Amino acid sequence: MSILVIAEHDNAALKPATLHTITAASEIGGDITVLVAGTGCDAVAQAAAAVNGVSKVLVADNAAYEHQMPENLAELIAEVGKDSSHILAPATTSGKNLMPRVAALLGVAQISDITAVKGADTFVRPIYAGNALATVQSSDSVKVITVRATAFDEAAKEGGSGTVEAIDIVKSQDIATFVSEELTQSERPELTGAKIVISGGRGMQNGENFAMLEKVADKLGAAIGASRAAVDAGFVPNDMQVGQTGKIVAPELYIAVGISGAIQHLAGMKDSKVIVAINKDEEAPIFQVADYGLVADLFQAVPELADKL
Amino acid sequence: MKILVAVKRVVDAYVKIRVKSDGSGVDLANAKMAVNPFCEIAIEEAIRLKEKGVADEVIAVSIGEKSCQEQIRTALALGADRGIHVDAAADVQPLAVARVLQKLIEKEGIDLVLLGKQSIDSDNNQVGQMLGALTGMPQGTFACKLEVADGKAMVTREIDGGEQTVSLTLPAVVTTDLRLNEPRYASLPNIMKAKKKTIDTVTPDELGVDVSSGLKVVSVEAPPARSAGIKVESIDELISKLKTEAKVI
Repeated sequence: MSILVIAEHDNAALKPATLHTITAASEIGGDITVLVAGTGCDAVAQAAAAVNGVSKVLVADNAAYEHQMPENLAELIAEVGKDSSHILAPATTSGKNLMPRVAALLGVAQISDITAVKGADTFVRPIYAGNALATVQSSDSVKVITVRATAFDEAAKEGGSGTVEAIDIVKSQDIATFVSEELTQSERPELTGAKIVISGGRGMQNGENFAMLEKVADKLGAAIGASRAAVDAGFVPNDMQVGQTGKIVAPELYIAVGISGAIQHLAGMKDSKVIVAINKDEEAPIFQVADYGLVADLFQAVPELADKL
Repeated sequence: MKILVAVKRVVDAYVKIRVKSDGSGVDLANAKMAVNPFCEIAIEEAIRLKEKGVADEVIAVSIGEKSCQEQIRTALALGADRGIHVDAAADVQPLAVARVLQKLIEKEGIDLVLLGKQSIDSDNNQVGQMLGALTGMPQGTFACKLEVADGKAMVTREIDGGEQTVSLTLPAVVTTDLRLNEPRYASLPNIMKAKKKTIDTVTPDELGVDVSSGLKVVSVEAPPARSAGIKVESIDELISKLKTEAKVI
């Protein structure tokens, strides 16, 4: 079997989600090739070649791939991967944007957000916001898959000795053009990869109050997340949303503050190892999944937590 | 300009679903059904474009059993002009859905397709992107802002690190994220008026689409249950438990 893994990167660095995806590829078993498409992305290619288990890295370096526009990239991936047994990408917004387009170009189904590999053609994926797990089997010649990063360990960044090969395939069009990007700058760990996450919900009342969570996060080296309610209310930006349609996290410790625990939120964090809930409503559903629940006013409890840590 | 909106009939977002004991699927008997929340946002956006005078006609399509006409009626009550029901089994897979929509686009001459980014039952997040590939249209997925003017759609997208804006040449596919708009409720007079609007029915066969899929569901299971933990009385107790019992800090 030959597995093509699509690297996620910003032209400068390989994103950790790719390392988790490579582990999923190793579980399927076979020759692993990583495709790095971008511009000036040589450092990414070198990093990918060093990852344990990678045998080859293909680099498509062209301005057409700078912003990972799916109209260009899907055409490239379909051409490079058409004879592969599997094409894998992380189930990030980038992978989700890209892979269905690849699958449709190849005329095959796409398998979204897998959490386990049962065999070369059989995979487990959550449905109904994670309230059911479907085992699905594919008879397509190419299996096009997105991988839930939190369900697979990170492949070792070293130990691989993949060859790096440039490919000269340019897919370019003018029906879609990149205009701008506004990325949140943060010194904190990335939400999806953090060991500890502290999230705030509607109970935070406004965006300024998230400063209380920052104090705790600083002490613990934690990332900060939010429930959909807090994002919808405009307290914090959308990239902080944890849940069914936001980010999926599974840290060692998840602290939910002022979050009631809607099904959609639980879908994004219930695989965390230890869950703490702080909420003044003792009937809040979040307590049903919390290992440690504290019924308290968050405006007293959170500053106290920050002080005593 | 003509807009096509697809609406999926799904279990209501607030229903706690149960997996069937024989592992064959999810028990939806007597469950409350509704329009997929992301599709509601797509309908709302289409109607707003019509109210602004950007669009002339909004067509709502649903693929599934006859019961999904209820969801088409909801779209009509919200302001869509007419409906198309593609009569098929309940669980048509994303690639087949995209192929059906492709045929309808060719038939109707559509300039903008508005879809929910994913349905809350199968959680696939695929149809819009697949439709883009099949039709050669550009795609603007996970939209939180949409402006349509001069044959272009300016789409701001919610991405992992923040937001990205792309400019698409029409015809284009746009899929909605949560923050695009807040859907309205249908008024009683509009619900009454919707009963008089037309819903045409076609089958995938008549459109020349094979709805079979290379993917089959082997089994469906409930996820491992999380046992509820304990309540602590104070921050001191919490910190002590996290340090000595859970050993996570």
